[in-house]
Amino acid sequence: MSVHEIEVTINGTKYREQVESRMLLSDFLRETCGLTGTHVGCEHGVCGACTINLNGSAVRSCLIFAVQVDGQSITTVEGLAKDGELTPLQKNFIECHGLQCGFCTPGILMSTTDYLQKNPNPTVQEIKEMLSGHLCRCTGYGGIIEAIQKTIEENSKELEHERR
Amino acid sequence: MKPGKFDYYCPKSVEEALTLLEEAGFDGKIIAGGQSLVPIMNMRLSAPECLIDINRLDELQFIEHDDSKMKIGALTRQAEVERSDVIQKHLGLLSEAVPNIGHVQTRNRGTFGGSLVHADPTAEIPLSLMALGGTLYIASKEEVREVNVEDFFVTYLTTDIMPNEMLTEIHIPVPKGRIGFSFNEISRRHGDFALVAAACQLSIDSQDRISNIRLVVGGVEPVPLLVEEANEIMQGETLTDSLLNKVTDIVDEKIEPESDLHATAEYRRHMAKNLVVRTIQSAYERARGENDERT
Repeated sequence: MSVHEIEVTINGTKYREQVESRMLLSDFLRETCGLTGTHVGCEHGVCGACTINLNGSAVRSCLIFAVQVDGQSITTVEGLAKDGELTPLQKNFIECHGLQCGFCTPGILMSTTDYLQKNPNPTVQEIKEMLSGHLCRCTGYGGIIEAIQKTIEENSKELEHERR
Repeated sequence: MKPGKFDYYCPKSVEEALTLLEEAGFDGKIIAGGQSLVPIMNMRLSAPECLIDINRLDELQFIEHDDSKMKIGALTRQAEVERSDVIQKHLGLLSEAVPNIGHVQTRNRGTFGGSLVHADPTAEIPLSLMALGGTLYIASKEEVREVNVEDFFVTYLTTDIMPNEMLTEIHIPVPKGRIGFSFNEISRRHGDFALVAAACQLSIDSQDRISNIRLVVGGVEPVPLLVEEANEIMQGETLTDSLLNKVTDIVDEKIEPESDLHATAEYRRHMAKNLVVRTIQSAYERARGENDERT
């Protein structure tokens, strides 16, 4: 029982593949599915680069085996933009200089997208706590926090607009 | 950094999981959230031959409560405990402790039961459960047995659970009356393992005299340390500096912290005493703020 056939929906597309039980989900996404937007850093759950969305929650793909997600639904950073149009959060990362080398960015985008859905109006302290699960070694966190705050402001303006 | 080979099984019921465990014997290992197990497998510090994945056992994922107790399924995610209104209302200590575990992203996957079974001596859930008191339900093919939390932790990363058994649920008494609680830990960065941690739940009478206190210190012994003497000397007393001094002297006497890369034994001892003071004081103040008898 060490090779399994799994079917996973990733960014709306079904993938049916053979996997060894020990294959990490992060490796499955990158090497089997060719979705290299998910990055692999520390491989023990500390750096956050491999964060993806599994069934509606941001989780580390290096701490899950591919075989465990048979029949489940995943979003990776490739699944955020729709028809080439970046999400407001992604645009604000560019705008606010929220990335430089970009290694940590996919994970931070996946965490933040999930976090803002569940907590639409976090304080700066709460944003920092959420980001403590991600290591960025070049830009620093200033621009990242700014990009997230800008997104929150835009979202609340949009909500207000809708109410009117 | 990749894990070694293993066989993988994904049971659809507790019954099936227990059968698989029985067959696998010492080679079998349950995977729940995997937030501690997979890192050590990736680093090849552990190489189980057979993984039994209980993530599909929805029957182990619940938070229920009645008048006297809270029942939490072993597979309940830490994030669910953190967000739970009934936990916040009845077991505030847990709501205060859980956000200190790792990060949002690991709490989304990590489980309540997994943390107990992993039994890291600094971990937040073992420490809190020891302060709250409670009963663990441990199932094997033959029986379901109940173990009090005081008897559950054996030593570093070792519990009373046998290779053919699994933790299924945890029952925690819901405290009544004028209750106070507090959880504090020292770590270098948010989300790091705690160097030292302390948790406490206490109740006081209408004259502000302590009627019961459960004080627990973590990171200073191989298991979370319940300071039973604190209850003996504090019962019937109001909180004073000299009483606090007596408690810290007891703690000082009881603990044998070790030095490692992260902190010296002396530092841990010093901080343990500070944390104990801080924790008791803030729990006591909270209890004093509770004027009415809770129902």
